Amino acid sequence: MRQLVILSGKGGTGKTTVASAFIRLSQTQACADCDVDAPNLHLVNGPYSFGDSEPYYALPLAEINPARCTACGQCQLACRFDAILPGDAYRVDGHSCEGCGVCALVCPVDAIHMKPHHAGDMTLYTNGDAVFSSAELKMGSGTSGLLVSQVKKRMNAAAKENAAFSIVDGSPGIGCPVIATLSGADVTLIVAEPSLSGMSDLARIVKTARGFGTRIAVCVNKADINPEITLEIQVYCEQEGLLFAGLIPYDSLAQKAVNLGLSIADIPCPSGEAAARVYRKLLPLITQEGPLI
Amino acid sequence: MKERTIAFLSGKGGTGKTFLTVNLASAAPSAIYIDCDVEEPNGHLFFRPMWQSSDKVCVPLPEMDSALCDGCRKCANFCAFNALAWANDHLLLFEELCHGCGGCLLVCPHGALRETRREIGEKKEGTSDGVRVLSGFLNPGEATGVPIIRALLTQPDAGRSVFIDCPPGSSCMVSESIRGADYCVLVAEPTRFGAHNLRMVHELLRLYKKPYGVVLNKCLPGEDPSADFCLAHGIPVLARISFDERLGLLNSNARIAAREDEGFREKFRALLLRIEKEACDAAVGHS
Repeated sequence: MRQLVILSGKGGTGKTTVASAFIRLSQTQACADCDVDAPNLHLVNGPYSFGDSEPYYALPLAEINPARCTACGQCQLACRFDAILPGDAYRVDGHSCEGCGVCALVCPVDAIHMKPHHAGDMTLYTNGDAVFSSAELKMGSGTSGLLVSQVKKRMNAAAKENAAFSIVDGSPGIGCPVIATLSGADVTLIVAEPSLSGMSDLARIVKTARGFGTRIAVCVNKADINPEITLEIQVYCEQEGLLFAGLIPYDSLAQKAVNLGLSIADIPCPSGEAAARVYRKLLPLITQEGPLI
Repeated sequence: MKERTIAFLSGKGGTGKTFLTVNLASAAPSAIYIDCDVEEPNGHLFFRPMWQSSDKVCVPLPEMDSALCDGCRKCANFCAFNALAWANDHLLLFEELCHGCGGCLLVCPHGALRETRREIGEKKEGTSDGVRVLSGFLNPGEATGVPIIRALLTQPDAGRSVFIDCPPGSSCMVSESIRGADYCVLVAEPTRFGAHNLRMVHELLRLYKKPYGVVLNKCLPGEDPSADFCLAHGIPVLARISFDERLGLLNSNARIAAREDEGFREKFRALLLRIEKEACDAAVGHS
């Protein structure tokens, strides 16, 4: 099964709006929301029914047994992440602990153990043969890259063999969740925004994605907000040899669709029609092997 | 007026964190702006600061002396992040997986490991029309910007109000950014997406026991699930900013509205006073 990943670098450019439209247009049999920090695809992803939910355990985190702790302070000295809080008995700040286990290693009285850490929940929705994999990370948890990999793995495992391609909605930024999302992508569509911030962020996500051997395409959302920068993005794509997949206009109906729990492909609206054109332009790239661009 | 540290966050990306933070910092009498969105930093595009310093941010990385290594694999077994592996009679190091905890050095019985430093990004500091600007830049391909955020936030307080522009989301990067904040401002959009992510960040702030209020941005007439959420949970709405094409265009060209237009400047000043008052009340209520 081939994989289309939708990313943006900058947040709020319309990844989920575009992803949900593509899912509707393609009737894809497999999709996933890898923005585990702020998942939203399930809000507009149509007639999937709630499937099975499974807890996600991240790396075990340190826990200090106060009955054993002698407050010698060696754990605090050894911790590189400022995760040990002093007191009569020392405590672990679970939000700073990265689970390395150094504190447990240095504790002279064996007061520290590594405890499984329930860091989020993964949900698999189904609609007939179609599967939709999603997850929500618990507040302030790290290791979201690992959870992203799990979400994709669950999608791939549940998808039927004849599914042609999957559509994966990613997270903003260029860090670990994005890297985990990019891994295995055949085609990456970057939804850009015509602003100086958007340009700068686009260049950084392109640089990141280049390391993954995925084919990269770019579309500009809310293109009419700043036509000059939209043109600059088109020129940039040409210079960088990226496929320019088209423009989507600012459309107040898009917000209306979202608030009705619909995708822009579900209602007649200018942004929905434009998204359909972008989808048709991308389709040959998604469905067939082709030269790297 | 006491100098405070105010963090701006959103859950969902693109709701207007940077827009609000740069404008409020520009409207303040004496401000430090810190861009903690080190994966996609944009504040400097608005401030166009004269950079005065630039420092590499490095993390520790083990290095092996193969003459001393006898292949006991204690380091590889200890490493919780699978950054070390033993294969074909060699110790392999996967740099991007290493968290720099130093555990491998502690467990090596032969002193075969020592630490070097690996660059993951940089921290820059400059000024822009009286605002001190600090920005962090994560190198593309690197997994975590947390060490850069830590480096940005260890700046000595120079008796100015501090405005922290957080990354989107609700993960470790955000927790690190708000650690020292006295007050948090959540920037939300009037959509279901906005409201859903507002709920997530609202839970994060309750967990950290931080006082906070909400600014509703890009408001259009009609339904506003984010406003409904605030009402239902008794969260103060500090301002409601309507969708405005002129503001949108200024912002897309990385222009600071509070500097370009006296009318906007007055509005941001008024919002700043409201935030100061809320933060002050919260501090009094807390003590």
